[in-house]
Amino acid sequence: MIRIFKPTIFVLCLIPFIIIAYQILFNQLGAEPVKQVTHHTGEWTLRFILLSLAMTPLKKITKILHWIKYRRMLGLFAFFYGTLHLLTYIGFDYQFNLDPIIDDVLNKKFIFIGFAAWLLMLPLAITSNQKMVLILKQNWKKIHRLSYLVGIFAVLHFIWLSKTIFFEPLVYLIILITLLTLRLDFIKFSFKKKSVN
Amino acid sequence: MKLHKFKSSEITPENFYINRRKFLKKMGIVTGTAFASQNIITSTLSYTPETERKITPYKFVTTYNNYYEFGTSKSDPHKNSKDFITKPWDIKIDGEVENEITLSVEEIKNMIPSEERIYRFRCVEGWSMVVPWLGFPLNKLLNKVKPTSKAKFVKFTSVYDPDQMKGQRFPVLNWPYKEGLRIDEAMHPLTIMVTGLYGKELPNQNGAPLRLIVPWKYGFKSAKAIVNIKFVEKMPVSSWMNASPKEYGFYSNVNPNVSHPRWSQATERVIGENIYSPRIKTVMFNGYGDEVAGLYDGMDLRKNF
Repeated sequence: MIRIFKPTIFVLCLIPFIIIAYQILFNQLGAEPVKQVTHHTGEWTLRFILLSLAMTPLKKITKILHWIKYRRMLGLFAFFYGTLHLLTYIGFDYQFNLDPIIDDVLNKKFIFIGFAAWLLMLPLAITSNQKMVLILKQNWKKIHRLSYLVGIFAVLHFIWLSKTIFFEPLVYLIILITLLTLRLDFIKFSFKKKSVN
Repeated sequence: MKLHKFKSSEITPENFYINRRKFLKKMGIVTGTAFASQNIITSTLSYTPETERKITPYKFVTTYNNYYEFGTSKSDPHKNSKDFITKPWDIKIDGEVENEITLSVEEIKNMIPSEERIYRFRCVEGWSMVVPWLGFPLNKLLNKVKPTSKAKFVKFTSVYDPDQMKGQRFPVLNWPYKEGLRIDEAMHPLTIMVTGLYGKELPNQNGAPLRLIVPWKYGFKSAKAIVNIKFVEKMPVSSWMNASPKEYGFYSNVNPNVSHPRWSQATERVIGENIYSPRIKTVMFNGYGDEVAGLYDGMDLRKNF
């Protein structure tokens, strides 16, 4: 099953990239092309972050172990789209002109937190392969708890860039809170079990 | 790198030059014939600042809008305003005036002829357009009433109709939309009431039947679908000031030196350009400084943002 599922999901994860690449190449980006690419890549980054955070709770709820096998791939896609998002901002929006970018990172809190979220994804991406899991042992799990922070930062990034109370950032916030609360319960649950033993 | 290759081929000075030439030619025809009778200030104002810039295509002017009454996405107003009823429509001018009046849009249009005004339009979000509006100076309408000595500001209220305006069913802003100007700003010849664009009747998504345009201020100052103009003594609190007083000031003049908490105002993206086009520098008072800077003599525009 996994042999069929994994490549299928990999291809599905590439669809947002194919869509935006097509729109760029064939000039289908509408009134504000840079914003279109920025929003598209940003939204998909957030979706993949939340998807990767959903695998563990799904495993526990459904009691199907398979979910966990997609976690790394989804996380790496989050990093992939996040990097495209960052590159769109640096390359397309500011044409690699660093002064306004540094100014933005230091003065605009939504850009600061967005950039921080991307930075936090770096160690996660670097240590994502099997070899690193073996090398880092228990520390691997600790490092990869950063993914919760990435989720929080990414949602804050979306909320802070919105002009007023928008529907979409709130939806993401609710999903994030749900996912993190589910984890809290598991931690408590496993803790209880341990103390009983 | 591909990006740079595209950039240079798309944005050559020659291209700019050709566009400028085309535009000047077009303007020459416009000012020479159809609008020959309009006063001098209009033709110079709509002429000079825009020679550098292309007029934004109709498609984008009418499908890329911030009009939260119809939804918060840029494409929502176009989609959700199709059945919006703008006839009949009355506008009441009242408050600190000796003779409050209520006029229908038809009466106003018959009384005051519209003329073409090609203005830059700069959104606080950091994008800009150049729009050929049809309209008339607001002062021609305001002169129909006699303000009392108490009147210092003009408050604009947009329509409240959640049955027709989906966006108003959510507390995105404190509805109805409210905006305000100082009297001298409202009376300034550049401040217009808009009845149309591109030589046509004003589309619903652009604020039909009657909206304000204050070209040296960020776009949100230019209230749409206005139903009430009130002369008041105290500075009105606009919907955006109410939503976030630190971000949106009463004046909201286009100012590249005063940054918004989310958007640097030093540069802007030109709507309708391709993805490889660079941002352009934002100009003080959106390029209308010669005409309006005098309104703010002695004022600290950082404090009065």
